[in-house]
Amino acid sequence: MTTTDLKLYQIGTFAAGNRLLDPDERSVQADPGRANAITSGHRACQGCGEALGARFVLDAAIRAAEGNIVTANATGCLEVFSTPYPESAWQLAWVHSLFGNVAAVASGIAAALKAQGREHIRVVAQAGDGGTVDIGLGCLSGMFERNDDVLFVCYDNQGYMNTGVQRSGATPPAARTATTKPVGVEPGNVFGQGKDLPRIAMAHEIPYVATATVADLRDLERKVEKAMSVHGARYLHVLVPCPLGWASASKDTIRLARLATQSGLFPVFEAEHGVVTATTPIRQRVPVEDYLTLQGRFAHLFGEPGRPDVVARIQAGADRNIVRYGLAAENEVVPHG
Amino acid sequence: MLRQVEGSRAVADVVARCRPQVVAAYPISPQTHIVEALSDLVRTGELAPCEYLMVESEFGALSACIGASAAGSRTYTATASQGLLFMAEALPNASGLGLPVVMTVANRAIGAPINIWNDHSDAMSQRDAGWIQMFAESNQEAVDLHVQAFVLAERLSLPVMVCMDGFVLTHAVEEIDVPEQDVVDALLPPFVPRQVLDPAAPVTIGAMVGPEAFTEVKYLAAEQQLRALDEIPVVAQEFERATGRRSGGLVGTYRMDDAVTAVVAMGSVLGSVKDVVDQLRDEGVRIGAVTVTCFRPWPLDEVRSALAHVERVIVLNRAFSVGSGTMLGQDVRLTLSASEAPVYDVVAGLGGRAVTRASVQALLAAVLGGKVDPDRLHFLDLDEALLGRDSTPSLLKES
Repeated sequence: MTTTDLKLYQIGTFAAGNRLLDPDERSVQADPGRANAITSGHRACQGCGEALGARFVLDAAIRAAEGNIVTANATGCLEVFSTPYPESAWQLAWVHSLFGNVAAVASGIAAALKAQGREHIRVVAQAGDGGTVDIGLGCLSGMFERNDDVLFVCYDNQGYMNTGVQRSGATPPAARTATTKPVGVEPGNVFGQGKDLPRIAMAHEIPYVATATVADLRDLERKVEKAMSVHGARYLHVLVPCPLGWASASKDTIRLARLATQSGLFPVFEAEHGVVTATTPIRQRVPVEDYLTLQGRFAHLFGEPGRPDVVARIQAGADRNIVRYGLAAENEVVPHG
Repeated sequence: MLRQVEGSRAVADVVARCRPQVVAAYPISPQTHIVEALSDLVRTGELAPCEYLMVESEFGALSACIGASAAGSRTYTATASQGLLFMAEALPNASGLGLPVVMTVANRAIGAPINIWNDHSDAMSQRDAGWIQMFAESNQEAVDLHVQAFVLAERLSLPVMVCMDGFVLTHAVEEIDVPEQDVVDALLPPFVPRQVLDPAAPVTIGAMVGPEAFTEVKYLAAEQQLRALDEIPVVAQEFERATGRRSGGLVGTYRMDDAVTAVVAMGSVLGSVKDVVDQLRDEGVRIGAVTVTCFRPWPLDEVRSALAHVERVIVLNRAFSVGSGTMLGQDVRLTLSASEAPVYDVVAGLGGRAVTRASVQALLAAVLGGKVDPDRLHFLDLDEALLGRDSTPSLLKES
């Protein structure tokens, strides 16, 4: 695995990175000589949550597998911004085939490695929410059901951002997209549960399912590490805010991911063999408005006259999550082991 | 050693002797007996090391083969009909990425109306997908072509489709020789991938290419596919030296030496066609048959040379391009564009309709009697009485 000399842009201070921390607490990512799965210079938008998430996921996976990683990528933003001809931002073995087949491609790689007796090489599949919950769901469900030795990571930015922000099966209710404009009596996306892929994954009773966001990167790294410590089908669902698609400020990517969890809209938890084993309790609960008002895709719900009724329905959804997963601090489920 | 065996079983046995490391398949008639047998061979350990992936769809089957091939394993799948269409998105991906997947297509009609019986509509609809397409005339040739397909695929780093007529061949029990393991091993060395996903030497496979180089990438891919026209006869010769059997190649000719009339066809229908040729030869008719074994890439020079001196050509195709002619007929016309010889384009044997000697005889009599218009598409044994029951106007009926 190659390493990259990183430029740390905190000049004028000796506190750049984490060199003053206890070694156990230091973030690998702040190490100037860290391994780097995806190099800088790729063409993601400023503030892209997916680029950040993918870098942390893959770097953590590389560390866990001691460099023995092969990656399969679905069509989508991550694939497009990382491999424009004749460049590649990938420093690891990487293949892209199609939009809807990345789980099957990854299964094939895992099968080949098994037949070759090289099972120490681990397989990570990556896709956006469209490539996971919609067009890729058939192959993904097959991979789960066969319990193939693949870690599948969904970077969920809640829409088809690569094609110009159309609605996906993971787009939240009332959100404006290019195909769910804020017009008509029910502005924005329809109400419903959408496709709750973590729960669909849990229904397959695979060894490990987890959700995470780019607001808590150490939690994300820890979950990747845990996922890599077990074999079989594993699923990691990472919320990655998209400044372009959400019409939010680039500087608000991390903040939005945090507000999504602190409002209850995005529950952060782990499950093993279909049973929730740990949840991340909400530290400081916020109303959904705090999350929604930072995003242009919900702008039609606010102002005059606004749609307080719709906001109330979104709040009700967040409240349901908090009950379902016990996200209020006192209901914390103690992790096993 | 000759054995009385079903075509599908023989194909499964020969595929196993080609030592694929990953087989991914989804069941569809009439391919099922092949993959059932392979699943047995993997479970009993007779085919090892090999992973058999029971995928959720044909799209998943070919996608798994793409992944396994990119990871450096020899891979195999089989399908038919709707299953091949369900793979359609992944077919040009496998060829575009230069992955030597070998696939059996147990040729079957495509719906609607749904029909499980044999014709060539499935494979021919995917003729532009960048795969090498070989059509077997008999079960023995189907078996032999699988060995040649793996050799060819891995030499050229391109995927190969071995097409065999569904039911007519796949379910026919006859005497077949499956080459012994040592013979196959000598012909087919272990797979050395052109590019491989390996953490020790990481590569990016499947990157995006824009207008600045897309045409050139496609041009190079086309050149690579055309190399098959040189390599297929070489592989067929190597196979013949090893087994004593002539199988495969680009084009086969039968009693064409002084023929002025030629019948061109693909697949198992050649059996009946050759019988009719023999019969007409006995009557003094100078007729022969041309078998197109390699349909893609199109062996233009070989077909042109086989048909160089004929005065008329009758093309029998078990498929057609709706609104145009048959795919085989169009390619033959292109090949003979500088020739005066008329090409009679005939759709024959759709959806399991038998192409009998009697119907081929009747067709040839009509052509030789000047009763068939070469500018029209013809349908063999079209049941006029059946059409007459349809009360809606039809251009086809009028033509």
